Amino acid sequence: MIYTAKKDVNSACKIVAEDMLLTTDMPTAAGSKMLDGYMSLLEAEVLTILKDKGYGVCGKADVGEFAIDLLGETSYNGANTADGKLLNSSSEILKANEADAVIALDVNGTTRRAAAQNGLVSVKPTYGTVSRYGTVPVACSGETVSVMAKDAKTCRKVLDDIAGHDDKDGTSLPESEIAKKADAKEIKRIAIINDMMADVSDDVKANIDSAVAKLDVEVVNIDSSVIASSRPAWNILMSAELCNNVSRYDGVKYGHRAEKFSGIDELYTNSRTEAFGDLLKTAIIFGSETLSTENYMKVYDKALRTRRVIVEEFAKIFAEFDAVMIPACSKAFYTEDDVKADKYVSYKENFYTAPASITGLPAVVAGGVQLIGKAFSENALLELASKI
Amino acid sequence: MKYETVIGLEVHVELATQSKIFCSCSAHSYGAEPNEHVCPACCGMPGMLPVVNKRVVDYGMKAGLMLGCHINRVTTFDKKSYYYPDLPAAYQTTQWFAPVAVNGLVEIETSKGKKGVRIKQIHMEEDAGKLVHDIREDTTHVDFNRTSVPLIEIVSQPDLSSAEEVVAYLDRLKNLLRYARVAECEMAHGTMRCDVNLSVRPEGSDKLGVRTEMKNMNSIEAIKRAIEYETARHIDALENNTEVLVQETRRWDDIKGKSFAMRTKETAGDYRYFPDPNVMPVVIDDNWFDEIKSSLPEFPEVKRERYMSEYGLGEYDTEQITKSIALCECFEEAAKTCGDAKNAANWIISEVMSILNLRQMTYDMLTVSGKSLGELITLVSGGKVGRANAKKILAAMFDDASINPEEYANANGFVISNDTGLIDKVVKEVVESDPKSVADYKGGKEKALMALFGRCMKELKGNCDPQTLRKILIEYIDKI
Ligand SMILES: [Zn+2]
Repeated sequence: MIYTAKKDVNSACKIVAEDMLLTTDMPTAAGSKMLDGYMSLLEAEVLTILKDKGYGVCGKADVGEFAIDLLGETSYNGANTADGKLLNSSSEILKANEADAVIALDVNGTTRRAAAQNGLVSVKPTYGTVSRYGTVPVACSGETVSVMAKDAKTCRKVLDDIAGHDDKDGTSLPESEIAKKADAKEIKRIAIINDMMADVSDDVKANIDSAVAKLDVEVVNIDSSVIASSRPAWNILMSAELCNNVSRYDGVKYGHRAEKFSGIDELYTNSRTEAFGDLLKTAIIFGSETLSTENYMKVYDKALRTRRVIVEEFAKIFAEFDAVMIPACSKAFYTEDDVKADKYVSYKENFYTAPASITGLPAVVAGGVQLIGKAFSENALLELASKI
Repeated sequence: MKYETVIGLEVHVELATQSKIFCSCSAHSYGAEPNEHVCPACCGMPGMLPVVNKRVVDYGMKAGLMLGCHINRVTTFDKKSYYYPDLPAAYQTTQWFAPVAVNGLVEIETSKGKKGVRIKQIHMEEDAGKLVHDIREDTTHVDFNRTSVPLIEIVSQPDLSSAEEVVAYLDRLKNLLRYARVAECEMAHGTMRCDVNLSVRPEGSDKLGVRTEMKNMNSIEAIKRAIEYETARHIDALENNTEVLVQETRRWDDIKGKSFAMRTKETAGDYRYFPDPNVMPVVIDDNWFDEIKSSLPEFPEVKRERYMSEYGLGEYDTEQITKSIALCECFEEAAKTCGDAKNAANWIISEVMSILNLRQMTYDMLTVSGKSLGELITLVSGGKVGRANAKKILAAMFDDASINPEEYANANGFVISNDTGLIDKVVKEVVESDPKSVADYKGGKEKALMALFGRCMKELKGNCDPQTLRKILIEYIDKI
């Protein structure tokens, strides 16, 4: 399923919202049977803003269950495939010119992988610059609303329209901070991190080479094992937060409720067993373990400390460079067999997306490569991306 | 062998803020329909983000300062996970790593004298909802009105050793928190709840015994009974090997007068605490801290001291007024306005408190301002309004706190008339209409005069100086 809902709108600029954004006129399921048919009482702040500015929200794009998978293949509606290749709903909509931009929630890099593999542009803005109010919460410490479109110019326009302080989001930065985006300096020096290039396919390497060739910037290859440790740390933080955030779906108040149960414990267990998919269940168990009294200090707290070390490492790199260039995924496309061979492949492929997720730094994908910049540098990144 | 009891308390107090801790729903659900004060946030629906109610932090700080605590200038919120239908998001936002206040000290007084009780910490958190069991239908309904109502949990060190001390400690908490106007602390309303951690050890031993935690005491009396029962049970176990004590949570059954071990399933479990990424650390800067600090009231004992020395009030009057910060504030303002502290104290104790009692209001619910009360007292002492009418005006002021006593007296004909012509006229009418009473009085029945006096006063609507009326009445009858 590509669209989970469609709507006729009369607007010069059409937007599709990923099904991680709550809507009051269309259901929101977040790719989970648990929320099948769920009608929200509130609307994502970004969609309210866009509608106010004349955009038309013409539908909802299907997503993987709580947006932690590769491209959306874990949706309860089933995977979208063509010739064995995995498809991403939002990308298909953009490629078919059915919308000008997609508003997504970048939890675990899906949007960035999709953009990289489909020749699209996506921007994950600096954490705290776009309201997360009205998004289905998964890994709140790192997830951001992101924009995907066919070109950098459209991404820039939409992002400019949705960025801003929101009192309803406690992590939203003050307007004075967000305004720093306007001062983003032109990018002249870029670092390519060798540790992130080791396991990528030739076509991904070729994307990097081609991007470097097109850009009039100085490029230096550096080593950083710290940046490469983003993945395990992010997997711990994301899973722990996810475990906590999806606990609310218990079959008591709304959402899927098992038909057969005796007693409250069975109501919980049966409803969740029936409604949740394998990847999510594994993430829940993993996340729950990381937060146990026994593991908290040695696992969760360590991941928090690692996050600080990664932030510091980026600061060191940015003392010398204006941006970092790394791949967004290991190969040009994924197949059904990739997921069959390893159910948890998205917990490995996020090797490339975790660095920006865990630090909250802005990341832009274009031409199959990912640029990560200093906080508030998304406009400069997009400017550069327009030349790739 | 002699034993001593070691008790520590965990006291939950509902903060008296207008709205809930993370959303703008009303925090007052008393008398509301089930699920009337709810929104997607406090019902655990996805999408709404917690925004800390600053008032809650204000109150948390005030409580901390009243209980002699150190205030953590950076205080954080954490998530505590467990599944229960009254907890809609399956986690409670509380403070685990950096509570708002730590290391306090509260002084209590019992028959054994004064004693300090150390406070380990005070943390802010959200309340859970309520489950309503319908026996007829064999179903359970969930009411989320109370979810996310702000609470503080006050955790004491195990410094208490008897039911008497526990009661004194709870009274002290209630008194101090009410003085700071941060909480009602009424066990009967559920705005104060108390869990008791208790162990017993041979007197003089420095090793703690096996500790049990008791829940579900709904009144001070129940707490006393529970402590006495549990102490006896522990001693019996140690002395007579009647059972092996285990560290556990027990439910107090006040009807049976016994405590029962709760199923381990209800209590065991790992709460998987972790910092709430949606709530940024709350940073209390000097301005904020100073603002709260300067807003704190005088401590009750300081007030008592001052009332006796500065206003010259007696011990009883002082004790009565300092029961409530609202009475104190009303008294101080009234005394200032009328310039007669003893008279003001009198009015508070004999009139204000009796109306509060009559209307079944707590003293803290007083809305009459001290200024208005002082003005009313001035009207009476200045001979402008009779005492009986002044009481009527006071009652009206309870209904509408904005009433100005003088304007109200004028508008309702409550002003004492100096018009002796009118008094003469009324006396003449009343005396002529009741020759029997006149004859009785002349025959020596003093009571008959009172009846005539009463009727005259009624005709005059109370607006007459009693001495003047009495004089005119007697003179008139004597002339007949
Ligand atoms: Zn609410």
